[in-house]
Amino acid sequence: MSLPHLRRLEAEAIHVIREVVATFSNPVALYSIGKDSSVLLHLAMKAFYPAKRPFPFLHVDTKWKFREMIEFRDRMARELGFDLLVHVNQDGIDQGIGPFTHGSNVHTHVMKTMGLRQALEKYGFDAALAGARRDEEKSRAKERIFSIRSAQHGWDPQRQRPEMWKTYNTRVGQGETMRVFPLSNWTEFDIWQYILREEIPIVPLYFAARRPVVKREGMLIMVDDDRMPIQPEEEVTEQLVRFRTLGCYPLTGAVESDAVTVPEILREMLTVRTSERQSRLIDTDEVGAMEKKKREGYF
Amino acid sequence: MSYVQSIPPHDIEAHLAEHDNKSILRFITCGSVDDGKSTLIGRLLYDAKLVFEDQLANLGRVGSPGAANGKEIDLALLLDGLEAEREQGITIDVAYRYFATSKRKFIVADTPGHEEYTRNMVTGASTADLAIILIDSRQGILQQTRRHSYIASLLGIRHVVLAVNKIDLVDFQQQVYEEIVADYMAFAKELGFASIRPIPISARDGDNVISASANTPWYRGAALLEYLETVELDPTDQAKPFRFPVQMVMRPNADFRGYAGQISCGRISVGDPVVVAKTGQRTSVKAIVTYDGELATAGEGEAVTLVLSDEVDASRGNMLVAPGARPFVADQFQAHVIWFDANPMMPGRSYILRTETDSVSATVTTLKHQVNINSFIREAAKSLQMNEVGVCNISTQAPIAFDAYKDNRATGNFIIVDRVTNATVGAGLIDFPLRRADNVHWHALEVNKSARSAMKNQLPAVLWFTGLSGSGKSTIANELDRILHAQGKHTYLLDGDNVRHGLNRDLGFTEEDRVENIRRVAEVAKLMADAGLIVLVSFISPFRDERRMARELMEEGEFIEIFVDTPLDECARRDPKGLYEKALAGKIANFTGVSSCYEAPENPELHIRTVGRQPTDLALAIEEFLDCRIGGQMTPLQRPT
Repeated sequence: MSLPHLRRLEAEAIHVIREVVATFSNPVALYSIGKDSSVLLHLAMKAFYPAKRPFPFLHVDTKWKFREMIEFRDRMARELGFDLLVHVNQDGIDQGIGPFTHGSNVHTHVMKTMGLRQALEKYGFDAALAGARRDEEKSRAKERIFSIRSAQHGWDPQRQRPEMWKTYNTRVGQGETMRVFPLSNWTEFDIWQYILREEIPIVPLYFAARRPVVKREGMLIMVDDDRMPIQPEEEVTEQLVRFRTLGCYPLTGAVESDAVTVPEILREMLTVRTSERQSRLIDTDEVGAMEKKKREGYF
Repeated sequence: MSYVQSIPPHDIEAHLAEHDNKSILRFITCGSVDDGKSTLIGRLLYDAKLVFEDQLANLGRVGSPGAANGKEIDLALLLDGLEAEREQGITIDVAYRYFATSKRKFIVADTPGHEEYTRNMVTGASTADLAIILIDSRQGILQQTRRHSYIASLLGIRHVVLAVNKIDLVDFQQQVYEEIVADYMAFAKELGFASIRPIPISARDGDNVISASANTPWYRGAALLEYLETVELDPTDQAKPFRFPVQMVMRPNADFRGYAGQISCGRISVGDPVVVAKTGQRTSVKAIVTYDGELATAGEGEAVTLVLSDEVDASRGNMLVAPGARPFVADQFQAHVIWFDANPMMPGRSYILRTETDSVSATVTTLKHQVNINSFIREAAKSLQMNEVGVCNISTQAPIAFDAYKDNRATGNFIIVDRVTNATVGAGLIDFPLRRADNVHWHALEVNKSARSAMKNQLPAVLWFTGLSGSGKSTIANELDRILHAQGKHTYLLDGDNVRHGLNRDLGFTEEDRVENIRRVAEVAKLMADAGLIVLVSFISPFRDERRMARELMEEGEFIEIFVDTPLDECARRDPKGLYEKALAGKIANFTGVSSCYEAPENPELHIRTVGRQPTDLALAIEEFLDCRIGGQMTPLQRPT
């Protein structure tokens, strides 16, 4: 009898996480507070039991996350007792960068990409684990589990190393870093199934509730605080919605749903006709958007 | 998404359990460029209703030069996710896609057709159970068909679907199909696949992709998807002997010491005996630890932590194994090597060899032959160029534990890493250990190096002079040799030209031969140092890799790199042997500094600039350095022998 699917994915991820700790001197895991991060956090605990997670978790805060995300982050760090580092790009704050004033592209570049680069350099991390999956987006589908980044943090798809078997090349040169994706082979469905089985805590925004939203450019944007400008023709309404993916609140669309438990979410997924990234503005703000962002050092 | 039809919404839990226990098929698509690999996968996903609406809508947004007009969708764009791919209309890198039907789960690696991206095809193939090899009905079997079939077979893929694609473009003629199938079967019989299933297909229009096509009434077999859902997979590696590559040692506190890793094959239960592969120490498994509690037994694929009954010496890179069926432990073996890098593989050059958890210095001692992709005939070769496959003898600096690749894909593979760029330059599949690795051990001589050097009252050393032709290496080395000799030191001078008259008279000046030239001289210098001598080596030795290899042969502190730094125009002006004149006139090929590069040392022990200095003064400076070196250490007579 071979291992059931989820157990195999779990074992593969644990193997990759351990490989990072065994071969890098100063690794970090990126914590974006989303469902994939929550799974990564859980797997990191499993990988080193009975030892503690041997690396800190880093959240690059854009200051535009949903308030519930930040509350959840701080509560998890307390309850699960992991090392949490929070980094904010102060230059961006000083320049007043934000999604409404500068658009999604500039905001994401300055607050996320530049913020991440600053944090990696500040702490001298040589490897960064993250929860990205290949099924999220087309250019993600092309990325290796161990993905080398230049000293300028750039991703060059043509320089990707062949990655055969489970024999990973973890060597990096001066100034280079590695981004590592233990959940590469997981799908959105696998993640939810695993969250259900392992009872992994997630941000309540994933569950349906009545929330104030505005319809904008075909998306339902939640009014999370009073920084959001409401246009004269727009109307804030209370709707039963949830989120399939979480990012900066002005850039993340809600979906209409009545799923309030993980099994209900799974059932909903069986009939859904759109991908999870549909509700992410930053994937589609231009053609090849994700690849361009990654070349600049975005995750 | 794909589950729409099959799930009654009320029993989600039961559905999930069933879903989790479905078998999983990992497959790749390969074949030449434009044979329609990405289109086929796109069609498979699209017809099986596995594509989300927004992803389809996006195809309209993106468009591409190669996209069909009108209402037709270019399905390849579902997979070709990189800009360069969309621009050129080709697949450059592997795309992984995940889908499930009511019968089975699938991971498909859509791999590139271009020869220059063979490394990415190998990436996809290394973990696949089955390969779909596409052939364009109009073209028949091409070189890439042969290359990919060969690589698939080499990497242990046992099942092949021969997708004879674009059958619509040859008017669905049975005869065309039959001829292609016969051609393929003829050449593939040498490759030893367990099964080859031919299917006539039009990926663009969907004939025989999801369901049987009315256009091919002469074809009675299953459509592609049905075949993929039902093809019988080989049994897992549970039945093989236990192999556990140690990934890391967990020591959270003084009371706990566990070995973490993923079981490569076999099963293990608490109480089972195990052996540490490299040392042969025997012990047994005391506990199988996981976060979810201790296990009584664990098998292939599980990532666990093993606690052993005895204190044994096992660290990362070692392997815990079944006592009755131990792996090979050797430092020399034969392997098939697939080369990926633009810089060719050089026998004699030092690389890093990485297995799943081990990492050692290694050199290819002999390139026995390369395999011609068209004829599968063995051909003599001096080096392996990019995308070539060769059979090599490999020597590692320390023994590694391994199985033959044909017996175990996980413990029989390795990658080759370039020491300077850290790029993965090759992949290897181990055939068998070489006998001499077992039998020829370094003979521990009664009279050893320190005894010999003590008698000579000197510390042995290898003074490695490197620099351009005419830089003054030999002149300075000669002077130094004279000075040391006068002091009663025991020395020998190995000069490039002189060695080429005897030991290395069979070597030319190609890059391959230069590597071998240095390898031999370094070995001779090592023997001489072992005899207690101070060896002066005067060789251009243009490549950093080989100088590093020589350094690593010697003991710590024994190798002294002396960079004789003279500008090229000054060397050409001196031109003691008249070589520059000839080289600049194009009469000498591969002349360092003129038609071949010189890699200057980055951290030499001594950096000597010759312009305006006398050879005797420079030789005295080196002698002074040697003196200080001895002063800083114990004298040979005080060293323990």
